[in-house]
Amino acid sequence: MSATTLAAAPPVGRARVTLRLVLAGAILLLALLPALNRLPADAALHVSDFTIAVTGKWITYAILALSIDLAWGYAGILSLGHGAFFALGGYAIGMHLMRLIGPRGVYGHPVLPDFMVFLGWPELPWYWWGFGHFPFALLMALFVPGLLALVVGWLAFRSRITGVYLSILTQAMTYALMLAFFRNDMGFGGNNGFTDFKELLGMPLNTANARAVLFYASLAALLGCLWLCARITASKLGRVLVAIRDAESRTRFLGYDVTQHKLFVFVLSAMMAGLAGALYVPQVGIINPGEFSPGNSIEAVVWVAVGGRGTLAGALLGAFSVNALKTWLTTVAPEYWLFVLGGIFVAVTLFLPRGLVGLLDRKGTGR
Amino acid sequence: MSESAQAVLPMERPPILERPRPPRGDAVLYLDGVSVVFDGFRALNNLSLIVEGGELRAVIGPNGAGKTTMMDVITGKTRPTEGVVQFRDIDLTRLDEAAIANLGIGRKFQKPTVFDALTVFENLELALKAPRNPWACLRWILDGEARRRIAATLDEIGLAARAADRAAILSHGQRQWLEIGMLLMQDPEVLLVDEPVAGMTDQETEHTAGLLRRIADGRRSVVVVEHDLEFVRALGCKVTVLCEGAMLSEGSIDHVQNDPRVVEVYLGR
Repeated sequence: MSATTLAAAPPVGRARVTLRLVLAGAILLLALLPALNRLPADAALHVSDFTIAVTGKWITYAILALSIDLAWGYAGILSLGHGAFFALGGYAIGMHLMRLIGPRGVYGHPVLPDFMVFLGWPELPWYWWGFGHFPFALLMALFVPGLLALVVGWLAFRSRITGVYLSILTQAMTYALMLAFFRNDMGFGGNNGFTDFKELLGMPLNTANARAVLFYASLAALLGCLWLCARITASKLGRVLVAIRDAESRTRFLGYDVTQHKLFVFVLSAMMAGLAGALYVPQVGIINPGEFSPGNSIEAVVWVAVGGRGTLAGALLGAFSVNALKTWLTTVAPEYWLFVLGGIFVAVTLFLPRGLVGLLDRKGTGR
Repeated sequence: MSESAQAVLPMERPPILERPRPPRGDAVLYLDGVSVVFDGFRALNNLSLIVEGGELRAVIGPNGAGKTTMMDVITGKTRPTEGVVQFRDIDLTRLDEAAIANLGIGRKFQKPTVFDALTVFENLELALKAPRNPWACLRWILDGEARRRIAATLDEIGLAARAADRAAILSHGQRQWLEIGMLLMQDPEVLLVDEPVAGMTDQETEHTAGLLRRIADGRRSVVVVEHDLEFVRALGCKVTVLCEGAMLSEGSIDHVQNDPRVVEVYLGR
């Protein structure tokens, strides 16, 4: 029969192909930035240290946006607590960076970070054990967010909590963590968090070299996550997720264990967010409980909404464009930023439900 | 004397399990004494129903007779307040929707719910019987056998030319057929079909009746819930009439149409 030769997927629009090419070009351009930074300062193509630092940060934001898009755009899980997974990943690496400070702290204690000396703690608490080793810290940056997502997700999905109730639940989760991390006796530095890092993997931070290495590490992580997400969304699992997003109950009657699928994608998404946080903290040099603030999670969801949820390119486009706007606006007129952010979200929801990518698609098909 | 007689009396009542039950016969679906109570309202009232292997059965009844609730109970969407619901020897009241679907009970809803964002082909591919855990779905490869089965179903439901179109742009009738096709891909032993011809043109209705007759080919049992008596007549099968959550009459369409109780509550209106 003729049907046997049919393609399984609909043809991708020309605008979408163009977008992918532009995206590939943009990633290549990003890869050149640290090299251009090495040019003499008066060269025409010289890129400033500030640009490298800011762009490296945006790349980790793009990973966070991808993770939200995978859960929200594809599986319909609107998490307003992904900032918590990001922050937990950041704290895991932050603990390693604190351990590496060693006797160079203000109090000069050979083992304990300054804040523990200040609190009069005699020794490292058990949950700090192992963080002297980089592989362990990196593993925890993935494992802890993944475990939290597993527990919260299992409780929520099993009870069929969806939609706005799930969003509120995740929002409460990040808020509760913020309050907990603000407490000094939690052992994570209280409201000051961790800062004043010295080195990572034997490499002094705050040097051009460290910036370039972290930049490339972030870019590699972004490409890896992009590949993973593309692999998932192109597979039958991706189509199951879309089915769950659009008609969860119907998917159950087809025999799919919806809870299992949602848990899989939620945990994976949380681990990606944790990885993003782990790459973010050494670049910005600080992590504190403010990273858990509910506003951060909502802002990250706005990036995805602006770019276009349900497309991987949209998540990247949104993360870079909104953050570029934020960086510019917070230097020009910082007091207006939150209004502009809110305005963008309302405008996108009303006029561009499919985000910038949807706009491009419409242009591309001439509608 | 009288005191001791009273004390003995309860012992003489037959144990509950031994009260007469409908004979099981070759039953695939076996419902006995099923009641569903929502806030005091009895949506199902001591309903018993037996569907045999390979049988095509029509279930009719006025609005609120409990037809959809009956389907909800069989597919695990609603837990019965009391009663026995079995698929072969398996107790369905303890299983969730996905587990029941995987046992081989497929359901088509009244309102066609196909996945709009996916193509016709992808809708069928999702329904195709295959391991359904996330890891298996991630590693799934569409092989020749799967393609052949999907192609055969596309021909059966008459949508071969629309395979690459998104389900969102199908007509109402085509969506109903796609959903029946998805049921076929699950290769169920029992198909529950809720009002398949509501809102269809005469020609589409005829096509659907033929499709359902072909599906109940002796290997599969099909239960069709329907309002449209002409359509039920076209199916040419045994008819069960429900009313107020209980069975009112059962038999051929001519038999039930002439049953005075049925005439009174349903056809006479």
